[in-house]
Amino acid sequence: MSETARPEPIEKVSIIISKGSLEGVYPGLIMANGARAEGMEANLFFTFFGLDAIHRERHEHIKLATVGNPGLHFATLLGGLPGVSAVMTHYMSQKMAKLDIPSVPEFIEMIADTGAGLYACKASVDLFGLEKNDFIPQVQDIITVGEFYEKAAGGEIIFT
Amino acid sequence: MPTTTYAGKEVDVDAEGFFTDPAQWSDDMAPEIARQEGIAELSDRHLQVIKFMRSEYEEKGTGPTVRVLGKTSGVSIKELYELFPKGPAKIAAKIAGIPKPRGCI
Repeated sequence: MSETARPEPIEKVSIIISKGSLEGVYPGLIMANGARAEGMEANLFFTFFGLDAIHRERHEHIKLATVGNPGLHFATLLGGLPGVSAVMTHYMSQKMAKLDIPSVPEFIEMIADTGAGLYACKASVDLFGLEKNDFIPQVQDIITVGEFYEKAAGGEIIFT
Repeated sequence: MPTTTYAGKEVDVDAEGFFTDPAQWSDDMAPEIARQEGIAELSDRHLQVIKFMRSEYEEKGTGPTVRVLGKTSGVSIKELYELFPKGPAKIAAKIAGIPKPRGCI
């Protein structure tokens, strides 16, 4: 490929994390961390149940969804039994630890240290009756959708 | 394969400018590569990271990711990004004359 045919590199990403399950949270974290590692500017926006990932008390307890998750390849009926989600989460976390993938709290702290911005969505914060104090200190601000678009200006937006 | 010249010597690099043969690297090339990457002067802290990249590569055959650097190089993630704002593992690997580290975390 000639030099002129090369597409422009991505310089900035804004990643939205909207789900509160283990498999819903990690992809966005990995993409944000990877963007910073490539020298891109990165912002993370947590909305709806994704807010659990930055919630002081809940971020240590992000669980794998064992119901309504066909990718797990076992019966939904079994997935709904008490304790199954906890056991599967534990199993998955151990596998991830072996690959040196950090836990959610450690990963988010690391991403904040890379200089990425962490924001909570105002509509969801209001909906759940939360306030700034409910979040880990790395969260910079609670912002509106309009402010999100301002921050995302000039970059790519990724919704997860 | 593209080549480029550092410290008066011709070296083989890939399309992104990473060394394809780390044996062609010598430490007098580091300041020149650094300047090309926007780092005007290499501090002792920069050099500590660069040295660490070399030794990790020699030991494991692959350069460390930012996470590994933060855990084992003696330089924190925060400081790594201050030293190498355009990506610590990537830029330090380039200056250290090793291939780009591969790893998602």
